[in-house]
Amino acid sequence: MKPTDISNPNYFHKVVDCQWACPAHTPVPEYIRKIAAGDYTSAYMINWKSNVFPGILGRTCDRPCEPACRRGRVEDEPVAICRLKRVSADYKDDVRGLMPTPDARNGKRIACIGAGPASLTVARDLAPLGYEVVVFDQDKQAGGFMRTQIPKFRLPESVINEEVGYVLDLGVEFRGGQRIDSLKSILDQKFDAVFVGTGAPRGRDLEIPGRAEAAANIHLGIDWLSSVSFGHVTSIGKRVVVLGGGNTAMDCCRSSRRLGGEQVTVVVRSGFDEMKASPWEKEDAMHEGIPILNWLVPKEFKHQKGKLTGVVFEKVKAVLDAKGRRDLVPTGEPDTLIECDDVLLAVGQENAFPWIERDIGLEFDRWGLPKLDDKTFQSTIPNVFFGGDAAFGPKNIIWAVAHGHEAAVSIDKFCQNENIAERPSPLTNLVSQKMGIHEWTYDNGVSNDIRYKVPQKSPEIALRDIKTEVELGFDPKLGYAEAQRCLNCDVQTVFSSKLCIECDACVDICPMDCITFTDDGEESDLRARLLAPASNLTQDIYVQDGLKTGRVMVKDEDLCLHCGFCAERCPTGAWDMQKFALEMTHAGTGCRSKA
Amino acid sequence: MSYLAKPKFHHPAIETNELGFTHRDYEGSISTLCAGCGHDSISSAIMRACFELSLPPHRIAKLSGIGCSSKTPTYFLGQSHGFNSVHGRMPSVLTGANLANKDLIYLGVSGDGDSASIGFGQFAHSIRRGVNMVYIVENNGVYGLTKGQFSATSDRGSKSKKGVANQDSAIDMAAIAVQLGATFVARSFSGDKSQLVPLIKAAIEHRGAAFIDCISPCVAFNNHEGSTKSFDYVRSHNAALNRLDYITTRAPITTEYEPGTTQVVTLHDGSKLRLAKIGADYDVHDRVAAMHHLHTKQASGEIVTGLIYMDETPHDLHDSLDTVDTPLNELNTPQLTPGQKALDGINASLR
Ligand SMILES: Cc1cc2nc3c(=O)[nH]c(=O)nc-3n(C[C@H](O)[C@H](O)[C@H](O)COP(=O)(O)OP(=O)(O)OC[C@H]3O[C@@H](n4cnc5c(N)ncnc54)[C@H](O)[C@@H]3O)c2cc1C
Ligand SMILES: Cc1ncc(C[n+]2csc(CCOP(=O)(O)OP(=O)(O)O)c2C)c(N)n1
Ligand code: SF4
Ligand code: SF4
Ligand code: SF4
Ligand SMILES: [Mg+2]
Repeated sequence: MKPTDISNPNYFHKVVDCQWACPAHTPVPEYIRKIAAGDYTSAYMINWKSNVFPGILGRTCDRPCEPACRRGRVEDEPVAICRLKRVSADYKDDVRGLMPTPDARNGKRIACIGAGPASLTVARDLAPLGYEVVVFDQDKQAGGFMRTQIPKFRLPESVINEEVGYVLDLGVEFRGGQRIDSLKSILDQKFDAVFVGTGAPRGRDLEIPGRAEAAANIHLGIDWLSSVSFGHVTSIGKRVVVLGGGNTAMDCCRSSRRLGGEQVTVVVRSGFDEMKASPWEKEDAMHEGIPILNWLVPKEFKHQKGKLTGVVFEKVKAVLDAKGRRDLVPTGEPDTLIECDDVLLAVGQENAFPWIERDIGLEFDRWGLPKLDDKTFQSTIPNVFFGGDAAFGPKNIIWAVAHGHEAAVSIDKFCQNENIAERPSPLTNLVSQKMGIHEWTYDNGVSNDIRYKVPQKSPEIALRDIKTEVELGFDPKLGYAEAQRCLNCDVQTVFSSKLCIECDACVDICPMDCITFTDDGEESDLRARLLAPASNLTQDIYVQDGLKTGRVMVKDEDLCLHCGFCAERCPTGAWDMQKFALEMTHAGTGCRSKA
Repeated sequence: MSYLAKPKFHHPAIETNELGFTHRDYEGSISTLCAGCGHDSISSAIMRACFELSLPPHRIAKLSGIGCSSKTPTYFLGQSHGFNSVHGRMPSVLTGANLANKDLIYLGVSGDGDSASIGFGQFAHSIRRGVNMVYIVENNGVYGLTKGQFSATSDRGSKSKKGVANQDSAIDMAAIAVQLGATFVARSFSGDKSQLVPLIKAAIEHRGAAFIDCISPCVAFNNHEGSTKSFDYVRSHNAALNRLDYITTRAPITTEYEPGTTQVVTLHDGSKLRLAKIGADYDVHDRVAAMHHLHTKQASGEIVTGLIYMDETPHDLHDSLDTVDTPLNELNTPQLTPGQKALDGINASLR
């Protein structure tokens, strides 16, 4: 097969599974090594540059990196990447002096509508370049759903204030408490570009019998959560039913437990494994004594004299229809009644743009979402860009940040009169880590430890006050031990055929049987002929020709421990361990062609 | 080389053998040899062979002398018996162990210095007595451990790292083993596991003196241009006799080969070694022809590798001594001192 071209920036980037999976492409192993070295400040700043909200994300991120983490394939559990991020935030020094100082104003004005993570990222990227950024939000304080939806027992207010503050302190103008009711009015104010980061603010309702009559005790989950966070709601009935199986449902039920709910039950249409909530959210809810009931579809709200008394459910099971699609059908068993005082609806979230005029050239698709270019985030009005939940529907904070970075690049190029479709590739670098015969700049010993659990407050204490943070975070000692589990996947095994004498030393020493010297063939054939078959097709095989015997060197990247033993055993230096650094191109000179 | 222990993790889909062991279970402690040393590859081939034969590690004894090669038993089969003897004395210690307990599998691991210089006599006698063992010489043409002096297997004219040519004629250990009556003789190369592993497996199953001369480049002192034991030289002068395929007792031979192109030899336990012939028509059972072939090829500067000679019905030391079936170390006092009546009987038979 064709020899691998390692100069393609994607090749080694893909090997760093976590960084590849992270929407903002955070250099995970680099910050984890800093944590192991006790340099929390540098670890924090690496994160801050990539994902803007390390302390917030270190507590709340959806962590797409973790299911991708190589460690989870080598043993049972991935590295606790997310909670290590929090370690950097918890133990860093004062970082205010490390924040960028904005350049002189460049005369361009940008409006950001909504002050959630997407808008704040746009502001963070553009303000230091000299842009005058004005952020509008209907709420008095900035932060968006991070502040109004995520309960304080998961994310303390001080952390939000700190990290939102770092952004606003860059000379960003925040106009809180100002709801925008017309996009046209903003366009009329002659901003050079407008970024719409208004999220997906509408909770889905459930129209079943009894909904109107029992309305006083039936609440839309996200509205209820924001009322809780603003302090407008401070109590709930003793018996609460939460409908829905996503993360919002988990926040609703856990909040209820803290506001007087004694028997709180989550009821979900589908099975436990199909629920949208992350496994750890479900675990935390159950740990607080909240049962999750599955395969129950709400049929009717029971009420008496205008007061809710319970919810009737029909039992269902999943069957596959003729086309192999999953369908929920009644089992025929008698209906179940769950008695309750309040119901929280967490059955979905929608976009809504009632404030955008339909006659100003901004086009929407048939799902009510703006028509956007999926790389530049540009709408059908050239100087209006979207990002975060407002762009493609509800996702999460780290996606909002990633969108914000890309939109900022578009806005920067747009304001510099450049072609915004020309996207700059990330900067990459590959440097040998060799320091001596068996010495590397990184700790190449592989820890055998299994994943450490984050210490938590006991439920008795945690449930007393909705503002008490449940997770205590890793202390520096645990943080170090967990950091050592990282396999340093960015330290790449780089092979040079001309130096290889085919002595087999690397093949013999490799603990994972990654390396094979064999006759060349097509990829599928090669994959099957390796010392250990390379059956994980999502992972590349690294192939090099040019060996004296005419064979090829094939390395399966899938399970490599990046232990460097191959390079240590190589008598000629044909193998070397080289650190691959990838920096995303953010707004600024790097992204401009006429820099 | 790393002084760190090899990580415990292994490939999740790693193969297991009949005993449920993986090849990693046949490892020893981390090697301290030079990075790239041919000896480490031979260790790896030995582990692979024992894994593939599903040998219980505690039924194997590793014996060695002195030298980098003789250090290697520490680096494989960590669960087996081991004896690191003095320089050149591995064969007599092995012979003694074998006499005491004929049930173990004996691996004699030695170097060209250990066996062709100081231990030459020991080597010769263990072979001519037909001790049931696998005797592997990890042959690099130098005394690696003492910094690269020419050994007795170094070819005349082969150059030292400093450029000095060797003046003495070389001992061909394989040719001598054939002459001394070894019933299994092979030569291989540390850089060719596809040949080496089946040879080691067959040698283990052979019930008699099995000798393997394995060329093993010393990357520190004998892998330069002008050396006849370097990776490059051996690769370009390798006159392989046969391609080998080890077939266990259970697996039926399925592939058809053109008549005359393969030779199948049967081993002690009924397993078979299929030899796909390369080049000249060569019969591994013909001892005289084997000697002739080795000398002819040597004269033309080629290195003969593969299975050189094999006797399918070997005779070993215990056959010659007519020892009892029970290993001697298992005989107990009543068996060893059968009493006056038995002694009287023996005495009577000698009158
Ligand atoms: C209950 C709940 C829990 C969640 N938990 C997590 C979690 O743990 N981790 C995670 O990653 N994600 C979580 N999410 C999702 C996450 O909060 C969002 O994906 C993310 O905040 C989206 O960011 P954004 O910048 O697009 O918009 P948002 O954060 O939604 O911010 C939009 C802002 O725009 C303002 N706005 C809207 N319209 C107007 C207008 N017309 N004029 C002025 N202002 C306006 C809103 O007031 C709001 O402040 C959760 C969501 C919910 C509902
Ligand atoms: C009785 C005795 N004489 C000499 C030595 C010194 N000595 C140690 S190893 C060695 C030669 C080893 O050569 P070889 O068997 O080829 O092993 P290699 O290191 O090449 O693998 C010698 C002469 C010794 N250890 N003991
Ligand atoms: S082991 Fe470390 S570098 Fe590798 S994927 Fe996991 S967190 Fe990333
Ligand atoms: S770094 Fe080298 S020796 Fe270690 S697992 Fe990867 S390929 Fe194998
Ligand atoms: S000196 Fe030679 S024989 Fe000894 S370990 Fe080094 S390379 Fe191997
Ligand atoms: Mg030697």
